[in-house]
Amino acid sequence: MLELKAGERHQITFTLDGVAVRGFAEPRMLLSDFLRHELGRTEVHVACEQGVCGACTILLDGKPARSCLTFAVQASGRRVETVRSLSPTDGKLNDLQESFRRHHGLQCGYCTPGILVSSEAFLHDNADPSEQEVREMLSGHLCRCTGYAGMVDAILATAKKRAATTPS
Amino acid sequence: MKPKSFNYLRPDDLQDALQALQRLRDDVRIMAGGLSLVPMMNFRLLETNNLIDISGLASLAYIREGSAEIEIGAAETQANVLAWPKLAKSLPLLSLAMPHIGHFQTRSRGTVCGSIAHSDPSSELPLCLAILAGSVVLQSARSTRVLAAEEFQTGMLATARQPDEMVTAVRFPVRKPGAGYAFAEMAQRHGDFAICAVAAVVSGTAVRLGVGGVAEKPTVRDWPALADGEIDDALNDFAWELGGSDDIHANAGYRRDLVRKLGRRVIEEAKKCSN
Repeated sequence: MLELKAGERHQITFTLDGVAVRGFAEPRMLLSDFLRHELGRTEVHVACEQGVCGACTILLDGKPARSCLTFAVQASGRRVETVRSLSPTDGKLNDLQESFRRHHGLQCGYCTPGILVSSEAFLHDNADPSEQEVREMLSGHLCRCTGYAGMVDAILATAKKRAATTPS
Repeated sequence: MKPKSFNYLRPDDLQDALQALQRLRDDVRIMAGGLSLVPMMNFRLLETNNLIDISGLASLAYIREGSAEIEIGAAETQANVLAWPKLAKSLPLLSLAMPHIGHFQTRSRGTVCGSIAHSDPSSELPLCLAILAGSVVLQSARSTRVLAAEEFQTGMLATARQPDEMVTAVRFPVRKPGAGYAFAEMAQRHGDFAICAVAAVVSGTAVRLGVGGVAEKPTVRDWPALADGEIDDALNDFAWELGGSDDIHANAGYRRDLVRKLGRRVIEEAKKCSN
């Protein structure tokens, strides 16, 4: 049994966007805070800290997870991905991000990293979603600017484009 | 918005977890997905000095098919159960109700057993377990016992679990031949807490209706023979018996109305699916 004492900082190592990272955290430290404060990964946005808004969504072993409801010590030895994992080169957008821009899928951008991350995971599971399915997936996020219509268009357009370019 | 300090324990196997539970019994919490527990810890509605994380226990992440029951282990996620190819055939009510649990982004880690152990009165899974007359497996270092759903959940966020016991599995009876199943709920947005959730099982003229989100715990009523003309009166009586209270989302009168309207809808739907 692994026992990590309260109030002491423990070493944690995991893979973040394909790169091995290391840091120290007390058991009570949320993964969202660890990513931001210990690793400087401010692309992970924090808003409600109760799992409702979805801004802090990351991928844990490829599955979407609220990083505000995950303790940093739980990431130990696992694979964590943020919105940075979407594009292979810094400063360049991937097709989904490009599509969000084209379809006005964002305004202030605060909710966007979480939404992009879970949209990628969603499209991975469901390459040809219906509008209803996209809307249900988006119900796991709060956006106070756009009204979601642009995001729905952006995600559906990306799915269509990917299907056209992938040999069946 | 940050939890109080706690010791983090990650057991190697079930015995390890049960021993830790026995040792720390009065000051410990078990976490699987953490989707209900961690928000309460973040809010400091709940404080614990010790947290046992069972999410990584592979031996508890399973769906086991028996002839009469489907057993789901304590570390099995809602997403995996929803993706189980036999779900619609074996547990039709779950395949109808589970898409209403939280969201794609939370079902990936939220567990079936965790939701039942948490026993929120408006949760879908405790309602399903109650109306299907399922059971809960409780294990401790000293014993194993199986409790019927109605014995397990005793009230709002309250269960018959002893401090050294862990919910290691839940068992759902498989679909009854000829029975029809239906589910409906009203929430502010898809995936939010249900203001009222209803489930129906209909076999011939026998109607069984379960309601969540109104009383302190999911409540089930049986009518061995209910004619079409009697449904509205029966639902009205049931709605008043459930009590229900006012909160920020709805008042008791609106909740009673939902029991009457959604109740009728699910009974009719279940009847249509039965044969």
